[in-house]
Amino acid sequence: MTVALFVFYLLAGVCIAAAVMVVSARNPVHSVLFLILAFFNAAGMFVLAGAEFLAMVLVVVYVGAVAVLFLFVVMMLDIDLTAMREGFLKFLPVGALIGLVLLVELFLVFGTLSVGTAAPIAAAVPVPEGMSNTEALGGVLYTEYFFAFQLAGIILLVAIIGAITLTLRDRGPVKRQDIGRQVHRERPAAVQLRKVDSGKGIG
Amino acid sequence: MIDGILSVAWIVTQIMLVVGPLLLGVAYATWAERKIIGAMQLRQGPMTVGPYGLLQPIADGAKLFLKETVIPSGANRGIFLLAPMITFVLSLIAWAVIPFDYGMVISDINVGVLYLFAVSSLGVYGIVMAGWASNSRYAFLGALRSSAQMISYEIAIGLIIIAVLISAGSLNLTEIVLAQSGNGFWYVFPHLPMAVVFMAAILAETNRHPFDLPEDEASLVTGYNVEYSSMAFALFFLGEYANMILMSGIFATLFLGGWLAPFEMAPFTWLPGPVWFILKICLVLFVFFWARATLPRYRYDQLMRLGWKVFLPFSLLWVVLTSGFMVAFDLLPA
Repeated sequence: MTVALFVFYLLAGVCIAAAVMVVSARNPVHSVLFLILAFFNAAGMFVLAGAEFLAMVLVVVYVGAVAVLFLFVVMMLDIDLTAMREGFLKFLPVGALIGLVLLVELFLVFGTLSVGTAAPIAAAVPVPEGMSNTEALGGVLYTEYFFAFQLAGIILLVAIIGAITLTLRDRGPVKRQDIGRQVHRERPAAVQLRKVDSGKGIG
Repeated sequence: MIDGILSVAWIVTQIMLVVGPLLLGVAYATWAERKIIGAMQLRQGPMTVGPYGLLQPIADGAKLFLKETVIPSGANRGIFLLAPMITFVLSLIAWAVIPFDYGMVISDINVGVLYLFAVSSLGVYGIVMAGWASNSRYAFLGALRSSAQMISYEIAIGLIIIAVLISAGSLNLTEIVLAQSGNGFWYVFPHLPMAVVFMAAILAETNRHPFDLPEDEASLVTGYNVEYSSMAFALFFLGEYANMILMSGIFATLFLGGWLAPFEMAPFTWLPGPVWFILKICLVLFVFFWARATLPRYRYDQLMRLGWKVFLPFSLLWVVLTSGFMVAFDLLPA
């Protein structure tokens, strides 16, 4: 058994175990932390497959940003665990069905489940000779699939606008801070020197 | 088999050669900070333990080591103990891709910059986990502030890194440094506004003054690490300073030409590359301490406004400007 194969089985094993723990952990915060562990192992497998750019992007985007927000929300909410347990059996058939469909799809893609050998991995990540896979990805993304890429950008923009419209509400008169005005405020507009007679005050 | 063991031993030696001096550097960064701030405030700083107080960091370390580790009764034990370890380990693993001289790097990977960015974006986990596991309101508030702040400033950092990458044409740190070679044409000159923004963003990213709201002692006691004591606290402390040194190293690599001498001529080239690199790190670290001694703390809404409404649009504009300039003058690296 080569070192690479051993590392692959280690990463895959931990990844699956972590994924199981995500759905079975009692504490939702633990679930999110196991999800992060699963992401990490997936990134490790990307590195093994020679897709170091995807591995890093997976860590930056999913672990560094998305999972932080998950963790944020889960920590802020006081989740009732018993209520969550109740739905478990009800949703189990649907979940199992989705899992089964995914599994069948994977079978159709790879023909067999021989992921451990090099051939399917090489087929999945064809990197041209003498080119880092960042260059290869960039070349494909910005030439062949340029319009699809732009379209994805526009869809994201629409999503941003949608999120802002959903959360923006008029709170009525709010005292807003105008930094520009504060910075440009001069001394005469703010301070006044007055001579005050004793016992009279400023009338 | 022997070859395998030898290569593993060589890697371990390299790691030791980086981590050992780094931990010493962390210890003396705390000493330098107290001395520098002392000098700026017309005080002496540490001066009783050893000559010029040079043994003070060792004494502090010994004190923390000998204290009792207290775990609060309501704390989530596992995560409570995991959090400082994560913070500390993350501050060390990033050094794997930092080049100290041409070829003097533990792992010369193609996506070095992305790796650094990924590791620095993970730093938030140690803090969030500490804040949540402590089961204390102050710690939790500190953790929330910290994570919101770090996510906000990471976006600006990412865009600044993109501007540098467009100029260098590579994600490999060694190649980024080499792209800056030749008579001091470091990226700090063409990208001066971005260097300033990057400096401010790394202050926020490491939770340092004037953006140290996560440990705002006036309102949050000390924020996310309030329940920690002894070695658990020491790991946070070491992690924070190691992160500062790391961020200074990233600044030196991206903007100050890494190990390169300012001019490729006689008196400057006498010093070897790693010495120049360390000198540049010290320069950036000095700015960290200087900011701490000089600037008052930001208010939290001002901090968020600065990150989202000033740094983000400005660095985005700079990316567009840089790429436009490179395309217009046909300077894009092949």
